[in-house]
Amino acid sequence: MRNSPRPLWNPYVAGVLLGLGLLATFLVTGNGYGVTGATTLATAAVAGKVDPNTVAAHTYLHNLFEVGLNRWVVWEVVGLAIGGLIGSVLAGRFKLQIDGPTQAGRSLRLILAVIGGIVAGFGARLALGCTSGMGLSGSATLAAAGFLFLIGFFIAGAVFGQLTKGLWK
Amino acid sequence: MSFPLGYTGPVSGIILGLIFGYILENAGFGSGCKLTAQLRFKDWAVFKVMFTAILVSAGGLYLLQGLGLIAVDNMFIPSVMLWGTTLGGVGIGIGMAVGGYCPGTSIVALMSGKIDGLLFLLGIGIGTLGFNSVFSSIESWAWKQTGPDGLTLPQLLHLPAWAVWGLLFAILVIVGYLTRTGTPVHKASNKSSGAFAPQNS
Repeated sequence: MRNSPRPLWNPYVAGVLLGLGLLATFLVTGNGYGVTGATTLATAAVAGKVDPNTVAAHTYLHNLFEVGLNRWVVWEVVGLAIGGLIGSVLAGRFKLQIDGPTQAGRSLRLILAVIGGIVAGFGARLALGCTSGMGLSGSATLAAAGFLFLIGFFIAGAVFGQLTKGLWK
Repeated sequence: MSFPLGYTGPVSGIILGLIFGYILENAGFGSGCKLTAQLRFKDWAVFKVMFTAILVSAGGLYLLQGLGLIAVDNMFIPSVMLWGTTLGGVGIGIGMAVGGYCPGTSIVALMSGKIDGLLFLLGIGIGTLGFNSVFSSIESWAWKQTGPDGLTLPQLLHLPAWAVWGLLFAILVIVGYLTRTGTPVHKASNKSSGAFAPQNS
């Protein structure tokens, strides 16, 4: 293991490569990248096993439970996870740790991560997509919805970024 | 050969997803510090990476359409749901400011060894179940579509696609110029370096 991790890529270089990967994804599948499509299918699959009432007829998750996990977006998120692992290991950035707000203690960091995830998970269902599926892939087709999403995302993020500023410093 | 090719099996998903994850990790998007620094305007990498990617991908799609090789209409173009799209974006913005990630980057964080990334991901599951439980009472207004299916900016603004692309490119150039230092401000500051020490130890 090397001591110091490799530097991050230049953001424009990363952006061009990400754009080419996204373009290839459109040409191959007709869809862009997405993430919460897969987390929602996974939630439906787990919830349906634990408590069938959560996926009963007329619930939002009903059809998603029926669809199952053998979907392109689920495989794509499996690939995303493998790619993240390969990237962090090769760059010397893999490290078991609790990241998060530097000024907060461990338990507060974990609590904030769960709360942030809950709000984001709910928001992704409202918008029918997350930063990847709606913000990035939607905007790449020049969809008005993608840019509307990004405006809401950045304004709310900036406001709450100011409110939580003291935690990160 | 006609596009999209329609390869939507496991191999296509894993290869394309692997590229996605590898790039996000190397852009630094597995770090909540890096991501939220954008929201505090200390580091513009998130904006630059996303906006550049959108321009490259949109440029490619509309260029290929201009050459008669594809029709962008054959790709998935999301429709506007005024309340759902906007409030959903707001929720994900708040989620990042509070929890440090968005859904995709929480997975990259988890795969870089970050426990808080795992908890963010569990939170997404809880939030999804929460949505499921209130779905019937919000569906009618939250998912009410505004405008035609797959409304695009060129349609909305009555401008050709290349003009919209040019406007977006101008925004990237201007923001890129104004934030051109490239070095994150917090790393240059002596005062905050102590706060980072525990992470690096």
